[in-house]
Amino acid sequence: MRLYAAVAVSGFRRHATYRVATAAGVFTNTVFGFILAYTFIALWDERPHLGGYDQGQALTFVWVGQALLAAVSLMGGGFEQELQERIRNGDIAVDLYRPADLQLWWLSADLGRAGFQLLGRGVVPLAAGALCFELTLPTAPLRWLLFLCAVTLAVVVGFALRYLMALGAFWLLDNAGVLMVGQLLSLFFSGMLLPLTVFPGTFGDVAQALPWAAVFQVPVDVLLGRYAGTGLAGALGFQAGWAALLLALGRLTQARATRKAVVQGG
Amino acid sequence: MAERLASWSHAVRAYLLIAGMWVRSTMTYRASFVLMAVGNCLASALDFVAILLMFSHIDALGGFTLPEIALLYGATCTSFGLADLILGNAERVGQRVRDGTFDTLLVRPVPVLAQVAADRFALRRLGRIAQGLAVLGWGVAAADVAWTPLKALFLLVTVVAGAAIFCAVFLAGAAFQFWAADASEVANSFTYGGVTMLQYPPTVFARDLVRGVTFVVPLAFVNWLPVLRLLGRDDPLHLPGWVSLCGPLVAVLLLGLTGLVWRAGLRSYRSTGS
Repeated sequence: MRLYAAVAVSGFRRHATYRVATAAGVFTNTVFGFILAYTFIALWDERPHLGGYDQGQALTFVWVGQALLAAVSLMGGGFEQELQERIRNGDIAVDLYRPADLQLWWLSADLGRAGFQLLGRGVVPLAAGALCFELTLPTAPLRWLLFLCAVTLAVVVGFALRYLMALGAFWLLDNAGVLMVGQLLSLFFSGMLLPLTVFPGTFGDVAQALPWAAVFQVPVDVLLGRYAGTGLAGALGFQAGWAALLLALGRLTQARATRKAVVQGG
Repeated sequence: MAERLASWSHAVRAYLLIAGMWVRSTMTYRASFVLMAVGNCLASALDFVAILLMFSHIDALGGFTLPEIALLYGATCTSFGLADLILGNAERVGQRVRDGTFDTLLVRPVPVLAQVAADRFALRRLGRIAQGLAVLGWGVAAADVAWTPLKALFLLVTVVAGAAIFCAVFLAGAAFQFWAADASEVANSFTYGGVTMLQYPPTVFARDLVRGVTFVVPLAFVNWLPVLRLLGRDDPLHLPGWVSLCGPLVAVLLLGLTGLVWRAGLRSYRSTGS
């Protein structure tokens, strides 16, 4: 356990090294926040209460989206390229020899990264959005605490998805296409482009049941207070369920992959 | 003059050679290339799907109908796709500066810009261009414009000039990294941010923002001003009509300016020594 805590801390510190890059990321997130905020205002002007949000909530959706974008790795980034490269060049054999669990190792590192990016990339864009637009942010500390729980679960689900995709490198020589498809799915079905509640009919219902909803739509809805009582427990349970299922699937895939892996000696 | 022309053709030839090399290397993993090209196409299509989803609830956004927005969207995405194909990988300069491989480019007898631009030339970006063209085609057919050969030519010139403007933005972003190697993401605000913004009609945005992308970073010339003219609409800033014809001029001026910035950046480059 101490080992994984140490890995998480080093994941945090590793990303904290890149200060200029973080500032650049914050700038870009803020610019996108402005652009998207205006398109959402135009949309909600035409159709107030679209998807069950009022305009303030819709704007909060935009800005929380920009704040979480890096932390929950909606656009990819993080560890999957690195893991995939280690599988491709055979370094994975060394990793498998280590007296640490491969999946937990990468999960800890990713949690550390997410922790830094939530602070480093999240706070400033959200503050900028709150300054320039009328956002509906809760004042109750408990709601923020629940939001933090939901974000943590979101990071785990996001990790589990990308871990599965990266393992594709065991079967494919060039796994970049798989990661790209994964990224597109995550961008679209997380609700980042447009809240999933705006998606029409059955398509919307299906989208809200997919794991990507747990990565972004659910945490924002928790922050906006759309869940109460058992509904809230259900939302967090939905995230935890996907997290457990996908992590288990990752382990299963990993077990199959390592049984077939042949490392070229040299 | 003849000497200058020769050096230009040398640069273009070098660019094509390097790009060709990367194309051949990409084709080694053909299945992956097809997947990446399709992915590239879908990635850029997602934005349009979001707009379509919006229009499943509304009839007009900012006073513009779906075909009109398709025209705006198609024009800017095609321009951006072209620029991204030609010069998109220039944003990797920062990484080369950091890890010291930029020095290698300096000692080769090929213009640095040609090498940087063709570095890891990504043919998969044709996917984005194809998607932009498809939406543009639909917009042209569906929008309420009485097309004449002159208007069609104007649209063609607009798309090419728009690509040149985006090239200038990419180049400025690359040059900026000589001073701030880690800040490549700032450029994304103007490239990807710009293309996202231009997909929507200018009436959606605050007036100061529109002013900013007209006079400071003149992205409005990529599609907003020319397409508004084609649609016979007034622009929100009430500029005189001839301004919307200035796209090519703006593109040339901007390319010249960013070329100078690139040169200044290159001169100020100090190797990390590693």
